[in-house]
Amino acid sequence: MVESRSTGRAGGRFALYAVLVAFAAFYLTPLVVVFLNSFRSLEEITQTSVLGIPHAIRWENWAQAWGSYCIGGICSGISPYMWNSVAIAVPATLLSTLVGALNGYLLSLWRFKGSQIAFGVITFGVFLPAQMKLVPWAITLRALDLSDTVTGLTLIHIVQGMSFTTLFCRNYYVNVPADLINSAKVDGAGFLQIFRRIVLPLSPPILIVTVIWQFTNIWNEYLYGITFSEGSHRPVTAALMAFSANIAQAREYGIESAAVLLAALPTILVYLFGGKYFLRGLTAGAVK
Amino acid sequence: MRSPSVSARQGPVLSRQRSQRRVWAKWVETFAKGGAYIILAAGILYVVGFTLWTMWISLTDSTLLPNYAFVGFKHYSRLLQSRVWQVAYINLFVYGVAFVSISCGIGMLLAVLIDQRIRAENLFRTIFLYPMALSFVVTGTVWGWILNPTIGAEHFVRGLGWMEFRFDWIVDRNMAIYTISIAAVWQASGFAMALFLAGLRSLDADLYNAAQIDGASPLRMYVRILIPAIWPIVASVLVILLQLALKTYDLVQAMTAGGPGIATMLPTNVVYDYMFQRGQMGEGSAAAVMLLMSLLIVILPYVVLQQIRRRGQAPNG
Repeated sequence: MVESRSTGRAGGRFALYAVLVAFAAFYLTPLVVVFLNSFRSLEEITQTSVLGIPHAIRWENWAQAWGSYCIGGICSGISPYMWNSVAIAVPATLLSTLVGALNGYLLSLWRFKGSQIAFGVITFGVFLPAQMKLVPWAITLRALDLSDTVTGLTLIHIVQGMSFTTLFCRNYYVNVPADLINSAKVDGAGFLQIFRRIVLPLSPPILIVTVIWQFTNIWNEYLYGITFSEGSHRPVTAALMAFSANIAQAREYGIESAAVLLAALPTILVYLFGGKYFLRGLTAGAVK
Repeated sequence: MRSPSVSARQGPVLSRQRSQRRVWAKWVETFAKGGAYIILAAGILYVVGFTLWTMWISLTDSTLLPNYAFVGFKHYSRLLQSRVWQVAYINLFVYGVAFVSISCGIGMLLAVLIDQRIRAENLFRTIFLYPMALSFVVTGTVWGWILNPTIGAEHFVRGLGWMEFRFDWIVDRNMAIYTISIAAVWQASGFAMALFLAGLRSLDADLYNAAQIDGASPLRMYVRILIPAIWPIVASVLVILLQLALKTYDLVQAMTAGGPGIATMLPTNVVYDYMFQRGQMGEGSAAAVMLLMSLLIVILPYVVLQQIRRRGQAPNG
């Protein structure tokens, strides 16, 4: 009786791990597939499908993907678009985080009449679909003479990111003890002083979460990128799509695989090294 | 910070400098606070202003350029009668139901399995959640290859010798929409897992013990006691996944571009099509407003429910 139960237990444990490993295989398959394909030649892939192990390692795929493959008539590989994405994501991440910290600070520790409503409206921006903002942005960018520029996309992401960053920071700062702030106010400290001396030193945890969240989202964003940029000004997601839309040449799956991995690398690295904060960002947006 | 005796010794010059500095500091404070209010106001103006602007354009005859001649709800009624809009909503329904239910199911299964004090928990969690760090463009491109019959799984299995094997959903009008669901489930089920697991871990140890003492089998323990105890999180996950489904755009673009035909068109794709391919800004804006209304139908009940719950809890802190 006891024995059969313990073997049942062991069998249950085995089944448990079998299911977990099977799901792990499901999640890893696409990554493994692109990784292996990035070393395979086009002939090999068309003969035996994208699921296969390279016969010979073709490093040229990576070199071409980075520097010389033609995307939409421009033969410079994926690298210039990677740099475009860096030029958009880095300043937009930092500035939208700064703006969110200020907004959050104002809304939680300097409450005014209507600050709850203001917060509600800003939070609504989190849910507002991008399609509601495309036409106004198109008109605004044209008026500012920023259509089809990296600066224009950066501006969009700073403004667009504000809702998320404000939500994160405000929900963090409401937990700062009011006494701390009030006694500083009594001592004559002002808006900026309290921010710099008290609030900012308490902020690293939420700022890391916000920066990781913003960077991942901006790097991965596609709709604004495809709508408001062309040719060499595209961010990397839009360039990848142009890559696969190439009808003039046969699709170079091997080179494209390398390009896909290069484009995905920054956010994968952020995830691997900041996974804890990434998860916190996901849940902070979800469970308020 | 500086002791007063020091400044007294150094005489009136320094004290004048200090008072100047104080005036300057005060000015900076006022400026900073004013600036913060302006930034906040700009943020509010952006959300409200852009929403109203698109709503307004949806009531006008704008085509390639905005044209503010009022035409009422013409675009709305025309859209509601158009085949592409109806198909897009049917697609959205099929895709959304499959995506949300399967993601939640897999997410819950994995959360419960990981909750069994397993080895290498961190490794499994990292693997299950990493797709959330990728862009839909990457996900869509790679799944597009795997599901493509001429270079993907079908070709592979036939290469192994099973020549009658068929897996061509992605080019089949009736099945293509499910391939979008497969890729979306792959991307987002780890997210459901992470939230459910966080919920299970936040439950009182007493609840676990009580459930165990009850002598219930592990399965019954979860179904009867533990999962019902985290229903607020289940509700959150459902709403988040639903709004993700409504907003899905890039994934379709990368996998099928809406095809074959319009078999995988979602409302978001139709919006873009009208706005930037056909140059029908007014009609596209009307479609965007209807998309927003659909989102509100999902989100508003949830927000109201949360407010009620919070108010109910308020007396206890």
